[in-house]
Amino acid sequence: MNQSDTTEPMIRLDRVSKVYPGQSSPAVAELSLDIARGEVLVLVGPSGCGKSTTLRLINRMIEPSNGRIIFDGEDVTGVNPDLLRRRIGYVIQQIGLFPHMTIADNVATVPRLLGWKKDKIRARVDELLDMVGLEPNVYRDRYPKELSGGQAQRCGVARALGADPEVLLMDEPFGAIDPITRDRLQNEFLRLQSELKKTIVFVTHDIDEAMKMGDRIAILKESSQIAQLDKPEHILAYPVDDFVDDFIGSGSTLKGLSFERVRDLELSPYPMIRHNAGHAQARRVLDEAPQRWLLVLDDMDRPLRWVNDSHLDRTDRPLRDLGHPVRAKVEPNATLHDTLEAMLTSMAGCACVIDKRGSLQGVVEIEALTDVIRRLRANARKHYEDENGQSQPTGTPS
Amino acid sequence: MAPGLRLLRGNVGLMVAPVVIAIAGVLLAVRVGGAEKDFSEASALQWSERLWPQLQRHIELTMWSTFWVLIIAIPLGILLTRPRLKFLAGPVLTVANSGQAIPAYGLLVLLAAWLGTTFSTAVIAFTIFAILPVLRNTMVGLDQVDKSVIEAGRGMGMSRRRALVSIELPLAVPVILAGVRTALVINVGMAALAFLIGGGGLGETINSGLKLQRDLTTFTGAAMVALLALTVDWIAAVAERVLRPRGL
Repeated sequence: MNQSDTTEPMIRLDRVSKVYPGQSSPAVAELSLDIARGEVLVLVGPSGCGKSTTLRLINRMIEPSNGRIIFDGEDVTGVNPDLLRRRIGYVIQQIGLFPHMTIADNVATVPRLLGWKKDKIRARVDELLDMVGLEPNVYRDRYPKELSGGQAQRCGVARALGADPEVLLMDEPFGAIDPITRDRLQNEFLRLQSELKKTIVFVTHDIDEAMKMGDRIAILKESSQIAQLDKPEHILAYPVDDFVDDFIGSGSTLKGLSFERVRDLELSPYPMIRHNAGHAQARRVLDEAPQRWLLVLDDMDRPLRWVNDSHLDRTDRPLRDLGHPVRAKVEPNATLHDTLEAMLTSMAGCACVIDKRGSLQGVVEIEALTDVIRRLRANARKHYEDENGQSQPTGTPS
Repeated sequence: MAPGLRLLRGNVGLMVAPVVIAIAGVLLAVRVGGAEKDFSEASALQWSERLWPQLQRHIELTMWSTFWVLIIAIPLGILLTRPRLKFLAGPVLTVANSGQAIPAYGLLVLLAAWLGTTFSTAVIAFTIFAILPVLRNTMVGLDQVDKSVIEAGRGMGMSRRRALVSIELPLAVPVILAGVRTALVINVGMAALAFLIGGGGLGETINSGLKLQRDLTTFTGAAMVALLALTVDWIAAVAERVLRPRGL
């Protein structure tokens, strides 16, 4: 993840501090942080931990008391903040659309500040509205008060992308939006980011949002001290201390399964048989296997039924009418989280992996999942143990 | 035509006012024109020699004092809401408050004793008197602008000045205009006192009616001031409607 060895980071905070006059403890204390090009780095932590302050130090909405901010290789600690900010997209929770300007004028804010030509601005506005899913012909001339919360934040994101900045700072952008719309916006945002590949610093207090959005997550405690900085699956598999453990909360193992996919599993053989085979043959296959269930397939290798020993006593009916129908089917790119859910509803406690045509690829048993969890934990622990010799446990993973 | 129509929709009050003013004006003209007048009434109610010049003077007094109020109060209000000068807001508002607390009569006479009995003295007095509503509304209007909107603008690289001009002031316009409207109406009323220091205006007719105990004269002067106040208020109301930024 960390590309600082090969290419320089997009943003580097070098021992940055912020001390407000009259306050005993600093809001941000000696924070050093590299943000790689094209990554989504999430700052997450309890309220008051300084995560928003940290974000606002980057575009100097808050001036640092100490330390340096390196932006794209250039020390910007002393440059004109207005000019700096025109190169950095900024999205806030309250959105802050200008109520007296149309949607088009709102989106055109930064291009206008940069003195773009009218035609270019108009084309760019339409492109951006299209990109965030607001039909330009419908929304261009509307005013912010005519938008719903979700539409307004889409417009906020379009406005932040106005002059195609390389970096986007997002301060709890989906925090004030209802859960269903938030989920949709998050998904749209991830899809957009997979095309745009911006460098994004994203602040949230919601650990689940952090896990979903972040390529890497920095879990912050007070004064913006980094408790752990790593890929979400590493943090879930191996919280470095009690603070992180408490913060990610219960169910971290389950959450960790969201980052693994079925196609990466090594599946062990499972007893199976064609629907037109005889009962005696079926019983022989089942007896030879350690499993208690036999999977019946159709001519196209599509899974049909789960059959066990006692079902096979009914020799008067063909195999395809015995046992229980197969419902738990997942495609190779399903997450292990979804797979586990399917397995829990399955008679045999297993999920069938099928390809696009519905043909069986393999069967996921619970042991396959426990193996994955064990492996994830071991990898994460090894990774931190390897690093402990050379640098801080909170350092960036290789 | 279309914007005019949109303006009228839902604003029946704006349509009613000019009709009422016009009817009242006509009734007044008919009443005064048809009345039997003695010598003093006839001379005081002379249109082209007395009433019309006084009306013009009255309007001039109102416009000039309001003009100076705008020139002084709006920039002052802007300055006093800037972070660097915010600490002065309290003291300045106190002074502006006292400007309105001093009895108008007293203020006029004091200024006349100091600056002489001229048109300018009257304008200065009325300016002092009407500064408060505009100053206060400018400050309130700027303060009530949603901070997150300014934050968003600054965060995208607007300079302080740019944020003030293209975000804060437009969003404060409705509140500022309400203050201006109040100042205008105050000034129309105050201008009726300008005669005290030789400033002219319709106050002269009212005064001569009172002195000579001619009710028709007093009534005519007072009614004209009232009609002028209503007209000015109506114009200000239309301006508020027109100048209010769309989207609010």
